Amino acid sequence: MKAWFLLLLCAPALAQDPNAGRSLAASCANCHGTDGRPRGGTMAPLAGMQAERLLALLAAYRSGARPGTVMPQIVKGYSEEQLRLVASYFGSLPVAQARP
Amino acid sequence: MIARRQLIAAGGLALAGCATTGACAGRVIVVGGGFGGATAARYLKLWGGAAVDVTLVERDEGFVSCPMSNLVIAGVRDLASISQGYGGLQAQGVKRVRGEVVAIDPVAKTVRLADRSTLGWDRLVVAPGIDFMFDELPGLSAALDTGRAVHAWKAGAQTLSMRRQLQALPDGGVVLISIPKAPYRCPPGPYERACLIAAWLRRARPRAKLLLLDANPEIQSKKALFERAFAQQHAGVLEYRPNAELQQVLADGTARFEFEDVKADVLNLIPPQRAGDLVREFANVNRRWVGIDWLTMQAHAVPGVHVVGDAILSASAMPKSAHLANQQAKLAAAAVLQLLKGEAVNPAPLVMNTCYSFVAPDEAMHVASVHQYDAVEKTMKAVPGAGGVSPAASAQEAAYARGWAENIWADTLAL
Repeated sequence: MKAWFLLLLCAPALAQDPNAGRSLAASCANCHGTDGRPRGGTMAPLAGMQAERLLALLAAYRSGARPGTVMPQIVKGYSEEQLRLVASYFGSLPVAQARP
Repeated sequence: MIARRQLIAAGGLALAGCATTGACAGRVIVVGGGFGGATAARYLKLWGGAAVDVTLVERDEGFVSCPMSNLVIAGVRDLASISQGYGGLQAQGVKRVRGEVVAIDPVAKTVRLADRSTLGWDRLVVAPGIDFMFDELPGLSAALDTGRAVHAWKAGAQTLSMRRQLQALPDGGVVLISIPKAPYRCPPGPYERACLIAAWLRRARPRAKLLLLDANPEIQSKKALFERAFAQQHAGVLEYRPNAELQQVLADGTARFEFEDVKADVLNLIPPQRAGDLVREFANVNRRWVGIDWLTMQAHAVPGVHVVGDAILSASAMPKSAHLANQQAKLAAAAVLQLLKGEAVNPAPLVMNTCYSFVAPDEAMHVASVHQYDAVEKTMKAVPGAGGVSPAASAQEAAYARGWAENIWADTLAL
């Protein structure tokens, strides 16, 4: 009962929308596949990627250290907090299996 | 809960999945199976599970993609390669009704189909796409009806019709593409089409010409990149003229512009556009587009009715694209599920866009943008400094464009 009460108190401070990470990550799905499991070999799978590793990749796109076409441009549209939510969400998923 | 079950039974639709769980959050009808509607149905089910009853109503048997359809017109790929079924959505638990919705009753919370049947809903998602405005363009509707002109701005039969007309083009013939004033569906689409047809003409009808007459004062998307393609790859075949608005189509097929009459063998006349007929009475912006609340995609004029895709009044710097229809549909799906449960909706949604355009069969380029909700102005705003275009068209981006298509189709249709 006590834990439940604490959760109610803390939840709004952590994230106003409990599904924020899931919904933000869905903005990646058009290219990287639903829940980060892409078709074909062109786009990188994101499901199951360790959050710290994905955040480092995104930071490298943002700084220009890692070259790219679309990614260096769009990563700048997300806040640090949004990128953390996206990375945590993909990190929480089972690793993507290759699909033809 | 008993009351809810009785209500559902009264709706007249078999609702096994939801009604038998005892935890039904509600019934959602999605009208329109294009990028917006299909994605809404898919994500309502993906995120809502058995607790939400999702029915997709679409008049056509299958899905034909507008993105990549210019490659079909230019003979680079066939229509089957851009066509998909709705079986993936059904496998995910989306109910499929083949039919045409002809009326929405937001008070009774029903939709009526052409066969006079009705379907009840707790929330309605409408993705009607665009319809054409013929009122100020005498002769255009008739020219399209007889097949003398094609629009090919809704993929499918029109795409094939335009391909066939190009194949029948004599060497030395003329192709005319007429672009309406913005806003219209897919801003870079007409310029991509012109590039791909020019590439085909150079190879297959080397003496033929392509006239690209634009009602707008300049190229509407990826301007510098298209200008480069027009001036370099397609010089001598493609002639581009801005500020040329179609006024009328004469009975003999002459296309009349303000300053000239054009006779062409293939008339690709893309009409001015507005929200699809189904939502016409909700189109509260210039009687043309549906104004929506960006936190929920709910129409300003109609509580309980969410509208996504090309039919809405787009936010500033937001094109009418398949990519954005898909993104808006996910925003709507999340909000609908929260509203059904009486929860607060996401106060800070985001959508992003990526549009690829081919300038040759194996060369493409992109435009991208990210749009964050602005709580003060209550609209989506493109993030300054984010997004942009390709430095140049390339074979690498053509591969990405094909990968994008494969993935957005799978994401939209649960393939």
